[in-house]
Amino acid sequence: MISQFERVAKEKKVKLSPLTDDLVLLESGLDSLSFAIIVARLEDELGVDPFSADEDLEIPIRFIDFVRIYEDATK
Amino acid sequence: MQPSDAGSLWDALTDSGQLAHSSLRSATARITVKDLAERSSLRGHLGELRDRTVLITTRSQLATALALIELDGIARRVILYPGEAPREHLPFVIATGAADAVVCDQEGSQAASFGVGCIVTCDEALTTASHPRGRQRQTEWVLLTSGTTGLPKLTVHTLASLTAAITARRQSNANDTVWSTFYDIRRYGGLQIFLRALLGGASLILPSSQEPVSDFLRRVGAEGVTHISGTPSHWRRALMSPMAHKLDPQYVRLSGEIVDQGILDNLHAAYPNATIVHAFASTEAGVGFEVRDGLAGFPAEILGKQDNGAEIKIEDGSLRIRSARTALCYLGDKSAKLVDRNGFIDTGDLAELRGDRYYFVGRRDGVINVGGAKVHPEEIEEVLNRHPQVQMALARGRKSPITGAIVVADVVLKSADNDSDTRDIMALKQELIEACRRALAAYKVPAAIYIVPSLEVTTSGKLARAGA
Repeated sequence: MISQFERVAKEKKVKLSPLTDDLVLLESGLDSLSFAIIVARLEDELGVDPFSADEDLEIPIRFIDFVRIYEDATK
Repeated sequence: MQPSDAGSLWDALTDSGQLAHSSLRSATARITVKDLAERSSLRGHLGELRDRTVLITTRSQLATALALIELDGIARRVILYPGEAPREHLPFVIATGAADAVVCDQEGSQAASFGVGCIVTCDEALTTASHPRGRQRQTEWVLLTSGTTGLPKLTVHTLASLTAAITARRQSNANDTVWSTFYDIRRYGGLQIFLRALLGGASLILPSSQEPVSDFLRRVGAEGVTHISGTPSHWRRALMSPMAHKLDPQYVRLSGEIVDQGILDNLHAAYPNATIVHAFASTEAGVGFEVRDGLAGFPAEILGKQDNGAEIKIEDGSLRIRSARTALCYLGDKSAKLVDRNGFIDTGDLAELRGDRYYFVGRRDGVINVGGAKVHPEEIEEVLNRHPQVQMALARGRKSPITGAIVVADVVLKSADNDSDTRDIMALKQELIEACRRALAAYKVPAAIYIVPSLEVTTSGKLARAGA
C-alpha cells in the first residue's frame, strides 16, 4: 500500500508526507484523483475494492482508516 | 424575485429593496448587492463593454460574480471561462464566441495577449462609479462544456433559461439563508447556486482559487452556511476532511454525476438534520428534476410532465428532457443540434428500470464522468494510437468509489509486439501513461492500461463502447 502511495506521488510529481497512522489523507500531498488511482491499482493487485463492495463504508479520513478498511476486506 | 423576459439580473436584484442586503463572500472580501449600487468592480469601464461580447476570465470567482451582475442587460454576450479551464483554449474560445472584449483580473491584464481591442480589469475591490444599469438588451450567457475533440463547446443560455428552474421566491427568512457550493460558478451547477442565492435574497460563500478543501469547510462552517451543493465527488472529498463536521447544513444538494446510495447514506450520517436532495442537470438540458426521498436513482412516476414545467421521458434507453431551461444553441459548430424536432434534448445518459425506479448506468457515447468533469474517450485514444507499438486503443470508465469513475484504457499491440516479455510490457504501459500525461489534463490520464488481444468493433466499423 505504501508503495502505491509513493508511486502515484512520484507520477504526479508531488511531495508525499510521511505516512504515519494519523496522517490526514487530504494533507498527504495527494488529491482525490490520486486516491481514485490508488484504489483502482490496489484492486488490480489484491483483487478487492472494499469501497465498491460495501457502499455504506465510512469514508476514511486518516491513513490508518484507509489501511484498516483494506485489512478488514482482505481478512 | 424572478427575472422576467424584460428584466436584467440587476433589475431583479434592485426591484425589491430587501434583496440588496444579500452578500457575496470570498476568503478575502464581502460585498453586498447594495455596495454595487454606486460602485463597480469594473473600475468605471462598464460603459466600454456595452453591446460587446465579453469573455470573463478571473482567478477570483467573486470578481466574475460581480462582473456578471453589472454586465447582464448591458453586454451583448458574456462568456464564462472557468478557473481550471486550460489557458491554451482561450484563443479558440475567443474566436468561436466572437469575443471583442475581455474582463480579467490584474494578473491577467498584465499577461494580456487576448487579441481583442478592449481589455477591462475587474477585481474584488469596488471603486466609485455610476453607470446606467439594468435591461438595455437581452444578454446571452455562454457556458463551456466538454467536446469530443478536447476543445470546449460553447453553449448559449439567457438569464431566463438559467433561472427558469428557480421557483423559490424570496421568503421572510431569506436573510438567514446562506448558500455555498463546491462548484465553480462559471460551470452550470455553480451558476445555478449563484443565481438561486442572489434571487432568493440569500448570501453566498464562494470558494477561493486554490483554497484547500479543509480551509473552505472551516470557513463555510464559520459563516453559518445553511444550504450547500456539490457533485458526489466533491462530497466524498469533503467527508474525507476532519473539518466536515464544522458544517451543520439544513439542505445538501448533489448533482453533476451519478449519485449512489453510499454517498447519500454517508451524507445522512454526517448531517442528520439536513434535507438531502439530488438533482439531474446538465449545461445543455438545464435542471431536469430533483429527488428528495434519500434514495439513489429516480422514481418512474417522475416521467411525463412535472409541476415545474419540465417534461421527462426515456427513449432508446436514454433520458430526454424538454423544458424552458434548455440551452438555445451551440456557437461555432453549426452541425451540432441541441434538440430534436419535438424540442427534446437527448442527454445521452442511459437509465435502466429496476422495479419502480430508474437508475443511471452510464453514457451512450462512452463519455466518462470523472468527478463531474466529462471526458470523451476519443481524445485519450488519439494520444494512445500515436504510439508506434499501439494498433488500437479503447478508453473507458471504471467505477471509482472516490471520483465516481476514472479513466482506464484497453490497448491492442501491433502483432509483432505481442510476444514482448513482462518487463517490456511494464515499461510500455508506463510510457503510454507518460505520453497521456504530457498531452492531457490529469483527470484524463488513464489510471491503468490493460494490454488485450483484441477489441470489439461494431458492424459500422466503430469501437464497441459499453456504458461507462
